[in-house]
Amino acid sequence: MKQKHQRLILVMVALVALIGAALLAASALREEASYFYTPATLAKAKVEPGKAIRLGGMVQNGSIKRAADGVTVSFIVQDRDAVQTVSYTGITPDLFVEGSGVVADGKLDKGGVFVAESLLAKHDENYVPRELKDIDMSAAEHTKDTLAK
Amino acid sequence: MHRFANPSRFLRIAKPLTPALFWPGLLLVLGACFWGLTQAPPERLQGDTVKIIFVHVPAAWLGMAGWTGIAIASIVQLVWRHPLAGISARAIAVPGALFAAICLITGSIWGKPAWGTWWVWDGRLTSMLVLFFLYLGYIALANASSEKGNVSRVAAVFGIIGAVNIPIINRSVVWWESQHQKASITLGGSAISDAYLWPLFAAAIGFSLLFGAIVLMRMRAALAEIRIEARMRRIAEN
Repeated sequence: MKQKHQRLILVMVALVALIGAALLAASALREEASYFYTPATLAKAKVEPGKAIRLGGMVQNGSIKRAADGVTVSFIVQDRDAVQTVSYTGITPDLFVEGSGVVADGKLDKGGVFVAESLLAKHDENYVPRELKDIDMSAAEHTKDTLAK
Repeated sequence: MHRFANPSRFLRIAKPLTPALFWPGLLLVLGACFWGLTQAPPERLQGDTVKIIFVHVPAAWLGMAGWTGIAIASIVQLVWRHPLAGISARAIAVPGALFAAICLITGSIWGKPAWGTWWVWDGRLTSMLVLFFLYLGYIALANASSEKGNVSRVAAVFGIIGAVNIPIINRSVVWWESQHQKASITLGGSAISDAYLWPLFAAAIGFSLLFGAIVLMRMRAALAEIRIEARMRRIAEN
């Protein structure tokens, strides 16, 4: 066997081993990376009021209500099984709309309302001009798991 | 491939190729960005913020393509001992790092109005930051351990190991679904409206041509440096 081929095989084996190791590590991490509570897991977890937690889910359609002061907003976050009322004071991101994904840092108050200190909105992978927003995007393959129910 | 092992044969091709990539690239980038900024309609939720896409996405692609190039060149260097492989890997590193940085900066500027934050430790953002640090590490290692324009084998090994991060960046939005949205453009199609898609492609091609021109310029500079050194040594010996 030529030396050149030996070197090629050595490099290839090393590359495959490395990528395999990285993939294994990544898939292990994937199990661990619990990024936030959803309304359903929050309901089960019995988190005490005042403890800093993170909540993620979809903004329920028709639930966003802006208070008279103009900066306080209250809305309902939902997942498949449960809902959670959230209130937030501050500037909301562009992508914070009904039906969009949202991640909020904050804590539960005594009344069971989630008081958010920061609000992150999630984008889906669709980019649509304003004039076209009324066309039905739900038919597109890409949207099917990100559109709100 | 070894036909181009002769530097003067490579230079004969590289010299006219450099402006042939640079000027059309610059023209495409400027045209696409101008068209994108003035003609593309505001997006349904984000409004005009969406126009960052014309720089952000090509920069991200090229940042990743750059390291893929370094990894391929490193394999060629280690296996075939091609004399230009190390030089090309080293030439890719700086523009690659630059585009990774542009991707991170424009992403941050985009993230504030759209998501509500400059930065989150999300899988995609973190793996892209790691790519930027890998570039810096590669540049430092190649500079410290190489001589006469040739890149050391240690740097080549590092270039190959670092390639592990590329599929991680690509898959990150699927594995750790947190802040960054999933891929809009896949082999199956695109979720980006045509009004943004065409200027985006034009900008991506333009930035790619510019990237190629920068790599050729840096390779020519490295080869010129080797020649100067050789000549100086000859003069010193006489």
